[in-house]
Amino acid sequence: MDGIIFLQWAFDAVLGLGLLWLAWRALNSSDLFKAIVLFIAFGLLMALAWVRLNASDVALAEAAIGAGLTGALLLAALARLETMTDQNVSGVSAHPAHPPSPTPAGSRFSRGLLILLLSASTAGMGYAVWSLPSYSTGLSMDVAAHLDSSGVSNPVTAVLLNFRSYDTLLEMIVLLLAVLGVWSLDGLPPQPEKPPATVLETLSRFLTPVFILVAAYLLWVGADAPGGAFQAGSVLGATGVLLLLSGWRPRARLMQWPLRLALTTGAGAFILLGLLTLLLEKQLLAYPVAQAGRMILLLESLATVSIAATLAILFLSVSSGHKMKTGKEEKE
Amino acid sequence: MTATDYAAACLFILGGIFFFAGTAGLLRFPDVYTRLHALTKADNVGLGLIVAGLVLQAESWLVAGKLLLIWLLVLFAGACVAHLVARRALRKGIRIWTE
Repeated sequence: MDGIIFLQWAFDAVLGLGLLWLAWRALNSSDLFKAIVLFIAFGLLMALAWVRLNASDVALAEAAIGAGLTGALLLAALARLETMTDQNVSGVSAHPAHPPSPTPAGSRFSRGLLILLLSASTAGMGYAVWSLPSYSTGLSMDVAAHLDSSGVSNPVTAVLLNFRSYDTLLEMIVLLLAVLGVWSLDGLPPQPEKPPATVLETLSRFLTPVFILVAAYLLWVGADAPGGAFQAGSVLGATGVLLLLSGWRPRARLMQWPLRLALTTGAGAFILLGLLTLLLEKQLLAYPVAQAGRMILLLESLATVSIAATLAILFLSVSSGHKMKTGKEEKE
Repeated sequence: MTATDYAAACLFILGGIFFFAGTAGLLRFPDVYTRLHALTKADNVGLGLIVAGLVLQAESWLVAGKLLLIWLLVLFAGACVAHLVARRALRKGIRIWTE
């Protein structure tokens, strides 16, 4: 068995060093496209690291959101940056070729302010880590003791959707704010549908039902095993991104109130349920034990819809105003 | 270790060889088309062998079915993505490597 332990140790060491190396390369790369690809690879290795730490829930979320959807968003943003600056791929670099013109006083001030704020928050986080008790059993015992009353048997879901469900409520609002932020910059211009090419059409037609099935499975299994709203939502969101990339566009009719309803339903359900529980149980989001399982499933289902809509719409908004796949090369 | 475990181990090693060869090809082959060839070999056959090994060791038919499904999905996605990359490269005018 010593050999197995050594192998695991070696694997972890390679994984950890690989992560550091990828992070450094991604930050240090002068080519933004390369940096994004390195970031995606970093996300996938990070998911592996979470698996090694026995945190499959986080691993699923990291692979789907951290590597997949964030990568897609970054690539779309880069493609848009290229059309905006009207340069080709190698032209957009993190380090401009020309020496920057002397910075005006305002920009220097804001840069100084940025450094100050970043240093302050880093110092705050450092202090928080420093002041942690050196030995702690954590809260896993408490969670295990109350798991029976949570309505689910997966402790992660119990914490996220019951014991600390206001965290998830706030996360839903953060997602909503992200869409509002992007829309306030540019709105959502109408997009012409481009019929996809044969292979992409087959791919998207075949994979969409599979993805929906996987999302439903992840949502359902979240009660007892790794999975849940965020994982299911990101898989559904990725389906949306695949369809958008293939050239499909949602009907204009759907882009009006049905879209807004989908975007807000998760946060809305949380707030409604929070108010109800506040009235009836005198505590925010304290579900009655008998109904807890059903309420969690309801909340998670609605949150899945919202998360998926948010992620897909973020991608559509970021990539809009730019010909997705053809614009880049045809210019060259 | 039982005979099944030995058979599975052989499949893992074979799969590992394919992944190794695919990685070497990805790093060493001269152009995008040949690199795609190396990459998809690793994905299709290498992963297929590893999944076959895992299926041998699977505890139930359900697990075995899920593993096979993963392989089929990777096959499908790999074939489509390789086609898309190669087509884009051709349209962009990247020459096919000849000696």
